[in-house]
Amino acid sequence: MMNWPSVDRINWGWFLLAVGIFALLPLVFDTHTATLLIIWALFALSLGIMWGFAGLLSFGHAAYFGLGAYTYAVAVINIGESTLPFLLSLLVPAIVAAIIGGMAFYGRISDVYLGVITLVVTLILFKFMSATAGDIYKIGSARLGGFNGMPGFHTLNVPGYPDISLWGWPTYYISASSLLLSYLVCRWILARTFGRVLIGIRENEERCELLGYNVAAYKTGIFSVSAAMAGLAGCLFANWAEIVTPSVFSLGQAVEVLIWVIVGGLGTLIGPILGAMALGYVKLLLGEQTVIDNSLILGALLIAVVLGLPNGVVPAIRRIWNAARLKLRRRVSEGSTRRTLNASSQVNR
Amino acid sequence: MDYAGVIILEILYMIAFLLLTSAGLAIIFGMMRVINLAHGQFVMIGGYTTIASVKAGINIYFAMLVLAPLVVGFIGLIVERTIIRFLYGRIIDTMLATWGLSLLLVGMVTFIFGNTAVSVPAPISGYQLGEFQMGGYNLFIILVTVAIGVVMWAVLRYTRAGLIARGAMQGPDVVATLGYNPNKVYMITFVAGAALSGLAGGILAPLTGLLPSSGGAYIAKAFITVITGGTAVITGTLLSASFFGTINQIVSFAANPVMGDIAMLVLALIFLRMMPKGITGRFFRDST
Repeated sequence: MMNWPSVDRINWGWFLLAVGIFALLPLVFDTHTATLLIIWALFALSLGIMWGFAGLLSFGHAAYFGLGAYTYAVAVINIGESTLPFLLSLLVPAIVAAIIGGMAFYGRISDVYLGVITLVVTLILFKFMSATAGDIYKIGSARLGGFNGMPGFHTLNVPGYPDISLWGWPTYYISASSLLLSYLVCRWILARTFGRVLIGIRENEERCELLGYNVAAYKTGIFSVSAAMAGLAGCLFANWAEIVTPSVFSLGQAVEVLIWVIVGGLGTLIGPILGAMALGYVKLLLGEQTVIDNSLILGALLIAVVLGLPNGVVPAIRRIWNAARLKLRRRVSEGSTRRTLNASSQVNR
Repeated sequence: MDYAGVIILEILYMIAFLLLTSAGLAIIFGMMRVINLAHGQFVMIGGYTTIASVKAGINIYFAMLVLAPLVVGFIGLIVERTIIRFLYGRIIDTMLATWGLSLLLVGMVTFIFGNTAVSVPAPISGYQLGEFQMGGYNLFIILVTVAIGVVMWAVLRYTRAGLIARGAMQGPDVVATLGYNPNKVYMITFVAGAALSGLAGGILAPLTGLLPSSGGAYIAKAFITVITGGTAVITGTLLSASFFGTINQIVSFAANPVMGDIAMLVLALIFLRMMPKGITGRFFRDST
């Protein structure tokens, strides 16, 4: 039996520290880089809650990231004001995930086939979006643009004021607060019955079902929530890049988020966030050199983690930390017991 | 009339293509339940082996039919001994590790050959069918695929080795009791699957040309073919390859090749939902 970390308490001290770090991060990195790292962290968090807590692995989570990005771009070109497109970029991925998840979970598709199905969906989207060059592929007045993607849409604006568009450091703070809010939402979900049943499903699906829980509904639910979060990350990514291309659906995007989550740590929320930011930064650094191919390092890392640390770095550190603390506490309590004994023997004397 | 001939030949070629690219995976996934996401890269390395050998002056048929399976089989041996054998029974971990492996192999090939397209000319020239120019090499691929299929079927069905292999997949304990080492059987099966993937890559290399990232193009098609095929490896793969190949080419002719691929993938999703155990999980259960 593994000792899973408690899920219903937020350590507000750590949380405030995180808020402080995010507030000051643009001083260390340039805003552009910091924003991208935050967006990746949000994307990893979206997969982390689904995979780490409900035990559902979506191999093609890039599909929802990309859908969020495309939805925002298409909607903002048609609408002009960014509030509704922003909301749509959460809603559309959630609905698509509910359809696909519902189809899979109510059909009692096993883990492996879920992986294959999600991967195939991503491939379909990638192929389709790459082939949408030309005038017949347009939604409203938004041309999908095929392999070259969709440039030149409005970035987010102050709600209600289409003329005041936000770019640069506002995008950073929007992204950072999205990440922190999403983290709180995840914590909230996990502290409620919904989250506890999900963890129950991860541990023993059959038992949950026999206890009367509608397992398929819970799985579809978390898949949908996770997709909405990935869509949010995608929407922010579209704002960051100011262009949406089919590469958001690519296999590379799909595999990278998996690596971030599993290296960071399954069954934790902070693991995926740290994993994405650390590995994302390493990737940006590696991108600047051309000696060693990037995918070679990522591939070797993934193999090493699966073989050596199947639950990721954060749980491993936490295990060591807990063991050390337990040892320390035992030593302290042994010491105090001895002192008490000495004291009592003195009284007796 | 000629046009009908062209369509039929193209459909046959597509079926052969699907069978060829999924044969190795059918062995590794269909029999061992190991999801090898590096399958496409095995195929790609088979192709690179062929092209590199041809450029070094080796006869092209020797390169594709002998060297490619040998090289990829050897890589399969290393992979099985260092990664896969620790992960039997942990399906999701196997998927992740082999995905890592696929990235690693892409990175290595990029490192060695560079990120540029390489190709060799097809050794068989085209011929004229009515007013249409046809690739002669496609016919060669169809014939070789038929030969490979027959040999696979015969080995699995009628030889002692095939019997042991099938037995080890169904009940490793029983096979071990009878005096065979299941670990060794797994190893040999994996190597055989890898070699078949290499062979496929070698044969397809002159037709497609290669990039380090080419492997990704095979993986999805090979997977849905094998999974839709179901438990009976050869019959199932043959049935699903025929089905998907036909659909793919008909839609390709009606619209364009991208739509053909998409139609195939969408159909695969519907199939998976309706028959999670594949075609042979429901029909033809007693076949090989």
